[in-house]
Amino acid sequence: MSASLTLNKVTNFLGLRIFSTLKDLFTGKLEKEEFKNFLRKTIVPLASILLFIGLWHLGAKSLYNTEATFKIEKALQDQGLEAANALEACIASGESSCQPNTLPSPSQVWESFQSLLRDHNIISADKAAFIEKTAAMNEKRIAAGKDAIVYTGRPSFVDQIFKSLQTVFAGFLLALLIAVPLGIFIGLSPTLKSAFNWFIQIFKPVSPVVWYLLVFMIVKTLLIGSSEDSSFTISFISVGLCSMWATLVNTAMGVSSVDKDYINVAKVLKLGTFQKIFKVVLPSSLPLIFTGLKITLSVAWMVLIAIELLAQSPGLGLFVWEEFQNGANDSNAKIIVAMFVIGIIGFLLDRLMLMIQNWVSFDKQDAI
Amino acid sequence: MNTITKSEIVQKDARDGIFPASDVMLDLKDLKKVYPTPKGDYVVLEDLNLQIKKEEFVTIIGHSGCGKTTMLSMIAGLNPISGGSISVLSKHIKGPGPDRGVIFQSPSLMPWMTSLQNVLLGVNQVFPDATKKEREDVAKYYLQKVGLEDAFHKKASELSQGMQQRVGIARAFAIKPKVLLLDEPFGMLDSLTRGELQDILIEIWNKEKITAVMITHDVDEAIFLADRVVMMTSGPKAKIGDVLAIDFERPRTRKSVLEHDDYYAYRKHLIDFLEH
Repeated sequence: MSASLTLNKVTNFLGLRIFSTLKDLFTGKLEKEEFKNFLRKTIVPLASILLFIGLWHLGAKSLYNTEATFKIEKALQDQGLEAANALEACIASGESSCQPNTLPSPSQVWESFQSLLRDHNIISADKAAFIEKTAAMNEKRIAAGKDAIVYTGRPSFVDQIFKSLQTVFAGFLLALLIAVPLGIFIGLSPTLKSAFNWFIQIFKPVSPVVWYLLVFMIVKTLLIGSSEDSSFTISFISVGLCSMWATLVNTAMGVSSVDKDYINVAKVLKLGTFQKIFKVVLPSSLPLIFTGLKITLSVAWMVLIAIELLAQSPGLGLFVWEEFQNGANDSNAKIIVAMFVIGIIGFLLDRLMLMIQNWVSFDKQDAI
Repeated sequence: MNTITKSEIVQKDARDGIFPASDVMLDLKDLKKVYPTPKGDYVVLEDLNLQIKKEEFVTIIGHSGCGKTTMLSMIAGLNPISGGSISVLSKHIKGPGPDRGVIFQSPSLMPWMTSLQNVLLGVNQVFPDATKKEREDVAKYYLQKVGLEDAFHKKASELSQGMQQRVGIARAFAIKPKVLLLDEPFGMLDSLTRGELQDILIEIWNKEKITAVMITHDVDEAIFLADRVVMMTSGPKAKIGDVLAIDFERPRTRKSVLEHDDYYAYRKHLIDFLEH
């Protein structure tokens, strides 16, 4: 009983009620009304996912056929019947060198996903072996005052994901550190509000690409003469600047719209500015600030890909770009894998923020 | 009928400001409130004169929108004065301050704080030199007085409306104000809870004797709590219409008040005023 209660709590908290319903289904605890609900909440989404995969499969097949027919006809025109027949046979045999290059099918994407994981295992093993081999040598080098030898091999897909997460969190932190205090000041002072309003209105809609270029111009000059790779710095600053606007606007709005009753209480008690901000204004605007932070994190994750791609900073964006440039047989499938990974991580980040929001918010109605 | 005549004398005294100056806690002189509108000025209050004695409990009754709340928030310093003056112990007030505690219509507790923290918010401000324990003791004392000894550490958002307003009462008394301003504090509560809270309020008040001004819509509440009931005319240009002294000895119980011979005469007087 207590175990199932905990499961319910945890899954409700995460917004994944589906698991507790599934458990009830198998333990036979489900009522008729609940069963209908279960159908709507669980079976319908599952069915729609299957339908989506089915349509994708058919679409990919049709694109594949179009591309194949075109290739064969082209061979017929350019090189004659013999070459065309050879190509047709080659395509039919599944030989990778002559496959039409188009939208990959779901099974190809799944295949690529597994191959990326295998690749990751190989690279990790390599890296571990390298570190083990160089450990003794590095100790001596450090003792002699020289730099340690580090692994400089190709990063795996999983490494890229973690690199991207690192960039996005650095950018998010930067956005938080700028936008929340600034938003509080703007919200508290009508003068600052009119001073900053034009600034916010103009810069909010600027595209991530332009932010990247601006940050590039500045950071490049600031780091002049330094041999360090600035691509990570540039990309996380750009991510932060692109994504901070939602938090800035929401914080300012939250702070300026604190319930008048609370402000009156603060006035009657003659709270000082510091106390008023930390005891009254901030706690009461937390829900709105968190809504802003949630948007900021999802925007940060979305623009990250474009910025990594531009900045040539390691991560999923660079991975996608390199695969596109690569043009190998499974490149398209890998791009689609990256697409799903990006989507799923974005979803999980959103959930994470919702969890934190429920945890800190005084308005517990949405939480457990 | 005898009582009414007596109260008429008192009311005359009140209007003429016959109290000795040293007895006056709160003094409103020619108070005026004007809201500018595009169609010209809207005068809410005009020529409003009222003196309230030390240790007096005054209730204010009048029709909705007559400017009672405006007057109270001007005394609290939350609403600027357009003309005339308000003084506490012969000193003109400048803005809000903890010498005038307010119990608002909605409890206005910080929902993210516990009831103890809510009371401490004011206590810390008023007794900055006391030790942490002393301040907590003050806050706990008043929370006990309003019957919340089991809810010190409950979040305000977890309390019922009535419990929240109890915390509001504790918060207002704990800062030891010179004047207590109550803006229909029980208006949002059901009648049972309202009765309970009236008892709690008057019990603490009997002990502390803080000069109190309370707005109410409830004629019975006005009589039960007050030394004088001030009746305001309907706006615009509202002013004091009539003052009724309630001559029941304190401490009062609800039963003794209801059974008192003069009770219905007082009640009739107030209702007659409100209906004309």
